[in-house]
Amino acid sequence: MRARAIVFAALALALLAPAAAAAERASLTEIEKQVMCPVCGTLLQLAESPQAQRERVFISHLIDEGKTEAEIKDALVVEYGDEVLALPPDSGFSLSAYLVPILALLAAAAALAIGVLRWRRAGGGPSEDEPAAPSERDSERLDADLARYDL
Amino acid sequence: MSFRSVIAVLGVLAVVGLLVFGLVVKGSSGLAIGDPVPTSALPRLEGSGDESLARYRGRWVLVNFWASWCEPCRAEAPALEKFQRQHGGPRFEVLGIDTRDLSGDGRDFVHEFGLSYPQLRDGDGGAAHDYGTSGVPETFLVDPRGKLRLHVPGPVDAEILEGSVAPLLPGGKS
Repeated sequence: MRARAIVFAALALALLAPAAAAAERASLTEIEKQVMCPVCGTLLQLAESPQAQRERVFISHLIDEGKTEAEIKDALVVEYGDEVLALPPDSGFSLSAYLVPILALLAAAAALAIGVLRWRRAGGGPSEDEPAAPSERDSERLDADLARYDL
Repeated sequence: MSFRSVIAVLGVLAVVGLLVFGLVVKGSSGLAIGDPVPTSALPRLEGSGDESLARYRGRWVLVNFWASWCEPCRAEAPALEKFQRQHGGPRFEVLGIDTRDLSGDGRDFVHEFGLSYPQLRDGDGGAAHDYGTSGVPETFLVDPRGKLRLHVPGPVDAEILEGSVAPLLPGGKS
């Protein structure tokens, strides 16, 4: 029984290991969505120029060599510089591409909050006091209206 | 000036500053005849180390931007090699700059055409941008003082090289 379990586990491993390796294998289609054609100024996925074709061949060779997606993108940066990446790297000056929108959003939210607070202090908003009771005339009109609807 | 006005002015200045920065970074310089040419250092296409155009001061240099994937560059390569063999020497040299190209493809190109003149590598296209090129090939004749004397956008051939470049070289021939 125990020997059968060991054989079964070994078979499962033998079947699953190549599948897992294939899942991690870099894909040209996926990389094409993440890198630029530097000459065309578009995603490689959309480019058809001779330079783009050379870039695809370069990527395919690296995939055949078993390189990972990250290694292939690093190799492309060595060849073409940071601009080959569709998304800028999250380090150095390029980090500002991620930080500036977040800071701008926070600054806008802070400005909005300050503006609303000032507006409310200036009496622009609804009063926090108890609402005033209706006048006698309004009370009479309200009673008359309610009576008409026979609720 | 109130605090609110200062904040508003700073905000406007920040936006204008960003726009100017974008223009400076992305804008093309576009060299004119007589302008000093950029001399930033570039890596050698073959071998190691960098080289700057400043090294060529005192000599005439024909700077040729090319790429291996560019068909017109293939067409002009033999003419440039022939011109280098005829005119190259201590007072003149052709200098190739392989731009926005894979280094392996660039080296294959050099071997295929048997190019004997020095080759630099401009992988990210920074030097091509600094020269104000709009594509490849483009060729620039630089005088011994480092100033632009002739610009040929598009491919060169023997007629252009002998008719427009050679007469500008010392004695019509180096």
